[in-house]
Amino acid sequence: MLKEYRTVSEVVGPLMAVEGVEGVKFDELVDIELQTGERRRGQVLEIDGDKAMVQIFEGSSGINLEDTKVRFLGRPLSLDVSEDMIGRTFDGMGRVSDGGPELIPEKTLDINGQAINPIARDYPDEFIQTGISTIDHLNTLVRGQKLPVFSGSGLPHKELAAQIARQANVKNSGEGFAVVFAAIGITFEEAEFFLNDFKKTGAIDRSVIFVNLADDPAIERIATPRMALTAAEYLAFEKDMHVLVIMTDMTNYAEALREISAARREVPGRRGYPGYLYTNLATLYERAGRLEGSKGSITQIPILTMPEDDITHPIPDLTGYITEGQIILSRDLYNSGIQPPINILPSLSRLKDKGIGEGKTREDHAATMNQIFAAYAQGREAKELAVVLGEAALSEADKKYVQFTDKFEAEYVNQGNYTNRSIEDTLELGWKLLSILPKSELKRIKDDMLKKYLPKGE
Amino acid sequence: MSKGKIVSVSGPLVTAEGMETANIQDICRVGEIGLIGEIIEMRGDVASIQVYEETSMVGPGEPVVSTGEALSVELAPGMISQMFDGIQRPLDKFREMTKSNFLERGMQIDPLSREDEWEFTATIEPGTKVGPGDIVGTVPETSVIQHKIMIPNGVNGTIESIQSGTFKIEDTIYTVKTEDGIKDYTMLQKWPVRKGRPIATKINPVEPLVTGQRVIDTLFPVAKGGAAAVPGPFGAGKTVVQHQIAKWADVDIVVYVGCGERGNEMTDVINEFPELIDPNTGQSIMERTVLIANTSNMPVAAREASIYTGITIAEYFRDMGYSVAIMADSTSRWAEALREMSGRLEEMPGDEGYPAYLGSRIAEYYERAGKVIALGDEGREGSITAIGAVSPPGGDTSEPVTQNTLRVAKVFWSLDSSLSQRRHFPAINWLNSYSLYSNEMNKFIGEKLNVDWPTIVTRTKALLQTESELEEIVRLVGIESLSERDRLRMIVSRMIREDFLQQNAFDDVDTYTSQNKQLEMISTLLHFEDKAARGLELGSYYDELIDGTADVRERIGRMKYIPEEEISKYKELRQAITDTVQEIIEKGGMDSDA
Ligand SMILES: Nc1ncnc2c1ncn2[C@@H]1O[C@H](COP(=O)(O)OP(=O)(O)OP(=O)(O)O)[C@@H](O)[C@H]1O
Ligand SMILES: [Mg+2]
Repeated sequence: MLKEYRTVSEVVGPLMAVEGVEGVKFDELVDIELQTGERRRGQVLEIDGDKAMVQIFEGSSGINLEDTKVRFLGRPLSLDVSEDMIGRTFDGMGRVSDGGPELIPEKTLDINGQAINPIARDYPDEFIQTGISTIDHLNTLVRGQKLPVFSGSGLPHKELAAQIARQANVKNSGEGFAVVFAAIGITFEEAEFFLNDFKKTGAIDRSVIFVNLADDPAIERIATPRMALTAAEYLAFEKDMHVLVIMTDMTNYAEALREISAARREVPGRRGYPGYLYTNLATLYERAGRLEGSKGSITQIPILTMPEDDITHPIPDLTGYITEGQIILSRDLYNSGIQPPINILPSLSRLKDKGIGEGKTREDHAATMNQIFAAYAQGREAKELAVVLGEAALSEADKKYVQFTDKFEAEYVNQGNYTNRSIEDTLELGWKLLSILPKSELKRIKDDMLKKYLPKGE
Repeated sequence: MSKGKIVSVSGPLVTAEGMETANIQDICRVGEIGLIGEIIEMRGDVASIQVYEETSMVGPGEPVVSTGEALSVELAPGMISQMFDGIQRPLDKFREMTKSNFLERGMQIDPLSREDEWEFTATIEPGTKVGPGDIVGTVPETSVIQHKIMIPNGVNGTIESIQSGTFKIEDTIYTVKTEDGIKDYTMLQKWPVRKGRPIATKINPVEPLVTGQRVIDTLFPVAKGGAAAVPGPFGAGKTVVQHQIAKWADVDIVVYVGCGERGNEMTDVINEFPELIDPNTGQSIMERTVLIANTSNMPVAAREASIYTGITIAEYFRDMGYSVAIMADSTSRWAEALREMSGRLEEMPGDEGYPAYLGSRIAEYYERAGKVIALGDEGREGSITAIGAVSPPGGDTSEPVTQNTLRVAKVFWSLDSSLSQRRHFPAINWLNSYSLYSNEMNKFIGEKLNVDWPTIVTRTKALLQTESELEEIVRLVGIESLSERDRLRMIVSRMIREDFLQQNAFDDVDTYTSQNKQLEMISTLLHFEDKAARGLELGSYYDELIDGTADVRERIGRMKYIPEEEISKYKELRQAITDTVQEIIEKGGMDSDA
């Protein structure tokens, strides 16, 4: 029998102190029974002598110092896993929430997982075709990568994420493929959008879904992504599946961390987020990858909304420092009706180089990519100049760049959420657009490739 | 040895009582599972311990045993080509022993293999008087590195016996008659990581570290024995710069510390380095590389230790008389680890929550770099060049880690996100980066290449500087307001940026450029300016010159892809420039002496 304590001595925000405890461990899972009989779960954040500091996932409202009963469960917070998770929906703490039967677990895993031994990693280099030109050609996603979407409030990140889940899904249909979806503090409507899309396309039968909504307990959000990643690790590394993990919205996760940190009266870092936010986020994002000798993979697409569209805000900033690139949505493009409004200039996939080229996509991939980036950057600059000084002030070359840029946005970027382009189609389109420019400007493409691919007589 | 009991656990910080006989910096085994930790504070009999592994499910009452030893590294043959974690556990052995792809806790592994055998050749005779740092023999550790076995610190006497042969690192290979009698010595030494290894004296750096990266070698060179900082926002190219230097720098040994960064980046190194051939030795660059990996998801306290583990290994090779480069990516993550421990110790926070001693810790680290005369009777010269990435929050370099680093590092390669977003790589900003070694290094390079290198460099920098001023004017009043000569300057600067400074790390040819090729390339660009300027002087119109040189300029644009072996092609290219401009001038009907 586990010992029951009624010695809650203090409640601050989502934390409570329990005194006179014995044998309590750091990180231990806690069962809390309120005077009403309601049960909550907690986790030991700190243990000092006989005093334990417990974080309560469901929050502390209604906790009564005298009557609340606390039991320490002798294990960390864990998740029951089995292959039958696929097609099921769970709440933010990993409890079945779709009204279906309980899971018969194959095993129970600590949701914190363990760090991957760097030597055991297999470098991600397998091209994933998402059917989206700005990603496949310019910011290529590979299996085992972590590539976040930086969005802003009101921007269509959910449409983009659903499009990726849908289209990447099709291409890999031959192999074991699963989507793990973690809703972290998002609205009911947004969650429904995903669920409906998954249902419509049948993706639901390959998905494991964890949902913590905006009106669910905030502190649970610390557990939700870990639940999702634990399920993903099990499917990828024990069941050889290719798992795509979509986590939205990481901003809500970071806010839950901030709340705990404030309650603990820790020295706040930038904008009140704790100094360990980087390390904490890394323990999530670094769970993406491939392992040597294991067939499966975990590809992560975390989504976050940048507060005030500010990329230097700690959440996007620290995310960018950990992930292998970022896809950035632009309000300007969105306002001019471009879908998906991906701003390619600040977007980047760090792992693209080893996933593209001959044998993976096509030999002209890298060179055309570099050329498009350079040309688009130049065109945008010329357009800004034209705003100040008028079109007439532009050089002949710059006028061509402007023409390229406009067409590029209208035809290449603006493909809509339901066009699924093969990489070859994208490359052809890229060449067509590049041929707007004088050949002498195409410095980043070697001669032999220009000869082979550049459309003639335009 | 001292045995106590855990009182409290808060993340990586554990306190234990009953530790009165333990010392600060002692290594401990913490809890039932025996996690590795280090004492960082003592109050009465209570020790505060930073634990190098996750402390989940560890609690009060569990035992803590101090080993009585400070955190040390093992120094002997077997380090090169290895990847260690922050406390020198070899990660391949780790995987073998745990049979897991994940880092299990409480693993104790010898840093260096006790079984591997090495061919030791004695280089001194019995009867020789020896002191610390004297070399007693060598071991060919890899095809390029002769590992020199040195008399450990504090040992003085006469060699009593010594033999060549095949040995394991714990076998006795020589004995020394000391004041306290005859003592046995093996190839294995230990050294506490937080203490710099002793040297005879520091000397001034004189020679550049040639990295094969044009913007670095030509504009902002670092000296062998110098220190350089690479700050920049995420994605600006810090890691690629460090990888490029690790690959191509003309040093004997590279120690690469992945400190709180991505796991995949270490995998990348492990996969790629064995395939790459060092242009200086003709052998795989892995044969000279030691890797330390403490990735961002690995325990934060071991991250703090990792850069000390790295620099101590670097010092050991320096002591053998080698030039060593140590890369730390990223020192900001190390500083954050310091901050986290400091916060948990409830120390008084300084700037942005960092402890007040941040500046002195950073300075101490970079102070361990330098060019030195090593201990030992030969007066060997060795050097450590320290290159540290800095990851300022939001890219704002006014923050404490960047500022404290700039106080001690003499080279500043400022990575700029506006450049990286335009895919100008390496995104080293040519206007605000600097190297305080420039003067001496440029003189040295000039003598080596037998040209007036300082003038070439000054002229290149001046052009780029002028360009930024002219751009300002263009932005305000348009390009038409510039004189033809200035418009030419704009064109040439742009060519310098695109055709010289931009260098693609992922192109087989472009990834490395020898000093000779750098000279050829920059000379070709300046030659173009000279000829075109002469054309203007002789009455050609700017537009004529620009239109007429389109083809040669296109050739200049591709000149970076000329392989090292075909270096004579640059001369041909310069001739083509001369001829083309001459033609333009003649068409204009003017006489010319160009
Ligand atoms: N010299 C180069 N040549 C070609 N591409 C480069 C070069 N330098 C950087 N890049 C590109 O920029 C990307 C980001 O570079 P890198 O990973 O070095 O950034 P970083 O500054 O280390 O970022 P973080 O702080 O997030 O680790 C690379 O993945 C690569 O695509
Ligand atoms: Mg990096």
